[in-house]
Amino acid sequence: MYLKGENISFGYRKDDLILNNVDISLGSGEVLGLVGDSGSGKSTLCKILAGYEKNYQGTVSIDGKKMPSNAYNPVQLIFQHPEKAVNPRWKMKDILNEGHVVSQDVLSSFGIKTSWLERWPNELSGGELQRFALARALSPETKFLIADEITTMVDAITQVQIWESILDIAEKLNIGILVVSHEKNLLKKVCHEVICLSRINNAGLYNELAFRDMQNASLGGMVPE
Amino acid sequence: MSTAFPMNNKGLLRPLNLRQRTILLIILMSLLVITILTSSLYMDSELLSTNFGSKNLAPSLEHPFGTDWMGRDMLARTLAGLGLSIMVGIFASTISTLISVFLGLFSSMGKTADSIVSWLVDLFLSIPHLLLIILVSIGLGGGATGVIIGVGLTHWAGLTRVVRAEIKQIKTQDYIHISRNFGKSYVWVARKHILPHLIPKFMLGTILIFPHAILHEASVTFLGFGLSPHEPAIGIILSESMKYLSAGYWWLALFPGLSLLIVVLAVDILGENLGKLMDPKKAHE
Repeated sequence: MYLKGENISFGYRKDDLILNNVDISLGSGEVLGLVGDSGSGKSTLCKILAGYEKNYQGTVSIDGKKMPSNAYNPVQLIFQHPEKAVNPRWKMKDILNEGHVVSQDVLSSFGIKTSWLERWPNELSGGELQRFALARALSPETKFLIADEITTMVDAITQVQIWESILDIAEKLNIGILVVSHEKNLLKKVCHEVICLSRINNAGLYNELAFRDMQNASLGGMVPE
Repeated sequence: MSTAFPMNNKGLLRPLNLRQRTILLIILMSLLVITILTSSLYMDSELLSTNFGSKNLAPSLEHPFGTDWMGRDMLARTLAGLGLSIMVGIFASTISTLISVFLGLFSSMGKTADSIVSWLVDLFLSIPHLLLIILVSIGLGGGATGVIIGVGLTHWAGLTRVVRAEIKQIKTQDYIHISRNFGKSYVWVARKHILPHLIPKFMLGTILIFPHAILHEASVTFLGFGLSPHEPAIGIILSESMKYLSAGYWWLALFPGLSLLIVVLAVDILGENLGKLMDPKKAHE
């Protein structure tokens, strides 16, 4: 099963394209990294692939079929800011089970305590909320997960724990993952392949040199090896 | 880790928190409103009739608010007037809220609908309330109906603007997109995600329109364009008492005016406290 984006172009103005004829393909069970400097359209591409952004040119399809519009979307998107992804007037148990009933295995895999289910969103930390967001998105109906900078707000140890759980569940359910991140170590660890999105090259194959340059440029050359 | 925390304020004198203060205020307000309404509805008409044997009496134990130049008991007139004002306020703010619910939801349907609603809001906000109320009231032949419709038709603009902005803001939230991505329908999302956010706004809006409505009713009546002079409205009482103020009959205006002020202030404070309690970010203050 393949999630394919073909000839995707998008711009907020007609003469100012952010994405220009981008092709991207993600297979089941594959873990694909996506890098690119700030403003290169990573998050926009994620939104287009997940069906959040509709005003684009090109096609997004799963095995040649168009995305369903009023049914469960097999492409689920997780954001950088989990506190925006939950309704502040809902209790965590209702938020968790909005799409489908999340199994106890998934909950314990993400280290979600039963007592958290009775809490309100403002009574949990960003990292805790992100686990909820992941647990509710990783259902058996989900075929592809798009992770847009999902572990930027947590410490290194939690990051490892969260990613181990994601990879574990994704392997069981044969879910393909698109990982957007700036962290080289994370990408090296989890991805089978990394592509770079830049305004000049658009989506091309991962180029070690380009990636290093980008990392050095964005972090002022202070990337630990 | 438990630290022994010295609790100095114990017992009845301990300061109440916002929730407790609001509940206390709601109880007191309900008592006040119920008292005023029942007393004005079931008032003995004898009390409002003229009695020239006891005219122009200063406040005393028998007539706590004094009597007027026709010997009518001012307490009875004030209560009847307040009852009338509260009825007008309730009807007018309900009409206003219904209009803003309709227009607010209508504005979320599309860009054209949104421009129409914004245009209407701007239009109504640009005309002075009082002028419009007087026009509508005269157009409908005056009386209670005219005032209620006049006040109701002029007070929806602010709330509509709030509701429109609120819906716009909620619609951009990620959890709305996520809900749609889980295959939920527009109606489901509107019912489960958007409406629960709006109901407190509507309740609060109604409560905050209420004092405005009462004050506008009183001022229109005071100017002679509102309720008919036969009815014991606060506006009528105040405008009539103006003629007698120079004669030293201060109680004719003071007590009715003061009681109107108390009702209006109480409702306003109630609305503000409820607003704070319903705002998840301020509720814990």
